Amino acid sequence: MSSSSNIVAMKKIVQQLRLEAGVNRVKVSQAAADLQQFCLQHAQHDPLLTGMSSSNNPFRPQKVCSFL
Amino acid sequence: MTTIAMGEMEQLRKEADNLKDQITAARKAMQDTTLQEAAASINVVGRVQLKTRKTLRGHLAKIYAMHWSTDSKLCVSASQDGKLIVWDSITTNKVNAIPLKSSWVMTCAYAPSGNLVACGGLDNMCSIYNLKGKDGNVKVMRELAAHTGYLSCCRFLSDSEIITSSGDCTCVLWDIETGTQKTIFAGHQGDCMSLAVSPDFKFFISGACDFTAKLWDIREGTCRQTFGGHESDINAIGFFPNGNAVITGSDDASCKLYDLRADQELITYQDSSIMCGVTSLAPSLSGRLLLAGYDDFNVNIWDTLKAERVGVLAGHDNRVSCIGVSSDGMACCTGSWDSFLKIWN
Repeated sequence: MSSSSNIVAMKKIVQQLRLEAGVNRVKVSQAAADLQQFCLQHAQHDPLLTGMSSSNNPFRPQKVCSFL
Repeated sequence: MTTIAMGEMEQLRKEADNLKDQITAARKAMQDTTLQEAAASINVVGRVQLKTRKTLRGHLAKIYAMHWSTDSKLCVSASQDGKLIVWDSITTNKVNAIPLKSSWVMTCAYAPSGNLVACGGLDNMCSIYNLKGKDGNVKVMRELAAHTGYLSCCRFLSDSEIITSSGDCTCVLWDIETGTQKTIFAGHQGDCMSLAVSPDFKFFISGACDFTAKLWDIREGTCRQTFGGHESDINAIGFFPNGNAVITGSDDASCKLYDLRADQELITYQDSSIMCGVTSLAPSLSGRLLLAGYDDFNVNIWDTLKAERVGVLAGHDNRVSCIGVSSDGMACCTGSWDSFLKIWN
């Protein structure tokens, strides 16, 4: 019967919402601070952020003359 | 519907609405500040100017997906010319050119081991290919069939497990060995468009055409959290590198950052001058930069903490359909409907 399958579906939705409502949350100030800290801690090791010299860049071959 | 059933339905609807209000209130109670305010004292990063270092030429039609190998050198791309190509991004050589049974491919993935690649699309299947077969030929190892809609995305957990997302509104965890579904993740009310696995491999996130992103516990098989706010389909999703936040990209022309522990949206990346959909996204290694591909052929680079645009990658002659930052963070790869992949840093 379609009405009972609708009720089953709705019960699942309610059950899921109960689960999601029960999540432990931290304050935005804490979350924001942690995101900032992670960014700043890893900034020096982020090549797209800091840039790199051509000698350190595997995608930018050094122009070197060599005897073959 | 009987009167009793109608009464029960009405009760359930009320309960659902109450719970939604509870969630909204609980999230609001955590808002002692905003990310914008918290980051007020730090400066926007300087202008980021990346250059095209390599152009990978070889596909004959639109590129729909690309994925880096964990070695930060090889990458795989999928095109509707019916080929998967494994590239050496440094030499630009094609390591493998794999002909596909179905040319309507929408996604591809590289296994962390480097041994396997996978792809799928309008054939509703996820095909697994062994790159390291004994005789040197690349063959189909397994065809994972069960989805009743297109395969939009796939990501390996290991050589024996892969997660797929589908237009049938579900995501599935597969046992590659047996070719069977281990877990079905149902809950989205619209096509699932994209997925990303957490750095610790315990969770994955999915973005869908119901405008929401969901966080799933892989082993429990449950949805832990649901994030709304977008006004259109979510096409792209990724984890912030510390695993505690999720970034989404949508047809509503914005990207959003949701914090998992605060259980809410912290910031939106949008600009009134950007009016086209986001197709793809990837954070840089530190998470400070967000590279996002758009329908207008460009990639915009955002300062994730300040929500300001700090760079543009302009170089493709058609939509940027996919983007990826290598594991060592040294390069960004973009794939486009113009049939080319570009490596930038």
